[in-house]
Amino acid sequence: MSEAHGGPLAHHFHDLDQQREAASLGMWIFIAQEILFFGGLFGVYTIYRNLYYEAFAAGSHHLSWKLGCYNTLVLIGSSFTMAMAVYSAAVGRKRAIVGYILATILLGAVFLGVKYVEYHEKIAPCFGDGPHTGCLVPGARFDAGALQLDGARAREAQIYFSLYFAMTGLHALHMIIGVPILLWVAKNAAAGLYTPAWHTPVELVGLYWHFVDIVWIFLFPLLYLIGHH
Amino acid sequence: MAQHHIVSWKLYLGILLVLCVLTVATVGVAGHDFGALNTPIALAIAVAKATLVVLFFMHVKYSPRLTTLVLSAGFVFLLLLIVFTGSDYISRNWPITPAG
Repeated sequence: MSEAHGGPLAHHFHDLDQQREAASLGMWIFIAQEILFFGGLFGVYTIYRNLYYEAFAAGSHHLSWKLGCYNTLVLIGSSFTMAMAVYSAAVGRKRAIVGYILATILLGAVFLGVKYVEYHEKIAPCFGDGPHTGCLVPGARFDAGALQLDGARAREAQIYFSLYFAMTGLHALHMIIGVPILLWVAKNAAAGLYTPAWHTPVELVGLYWHFVDIVWIFLFPLLYLIGHH
Repeated sequence: MAQHHIVSWKLYLGILLVLCVLTVATVGVAGHDFGALNTPIALAIAVAKATLVVLFFMHVKYSPRLTTLVLSAGFVFLLLLIVFTGSDYISRNWPITPAG
């Protein structure tokens, strides 16, 4: 990728296609690893949801399925704009690449903004001297009354919210990491670096972004829509 | 050498629309009680959506077989992780105490 060699082809590759396939394979291995990274949490979720179904359903009913649905549509939209950025690179529309990547970042920011609102209403009541009405952070200040739960169910609901914060938090962290990478690719696209023959960075950041979208596709029904609504 | 397969933007737009419809559908079916089938239905819709994203947005349909192999390996190990942990919880006769 060094410009010093007079182009995007690194000298240890035979040609651009070979370089692209090597980079793509590396990204897919990373994604396979990411499946298992999130997989641990999905495994824990599966076990505890079966053990403590009632508490999980109560916790899930407390979430706003409308916000969750809205965010799902926003993220799917951002996957579309990302796919269009790769398409623009493949057909050589250099300015469109930048536009679509910026649109992807904007939609990602909307998603994170909604996530902030959702987190804030659960975390903000936990601060101060109390009463901590509506505090849904697991721990001493957890307000099971907000879920109409008491006793063992109240403690089990804390496991639901632990998983809620861990899974959506890890997902949001992936998006936060994705934004500077997207900005870097947008900067290079604006500089005219990507051509139909070589635009691997656009493709690879696209793969990452779509993977993060897929994680949310599963998180939405599993966290927001447990049981009969 | 494998040529770049360029997918038409119209196909992307079509996939976007199908994904939106399936998202609304998953909310729709959550409003009905199918009993034990609630979770399988929700997961089936999620798997359908993920498959569309993988095949078209991530170009796996047009990628080398090796890509499919690597991706499948990820899911196979995920399945091992969940099935074996789950079977341990189900088959072991240890007392499950309430949380806390």
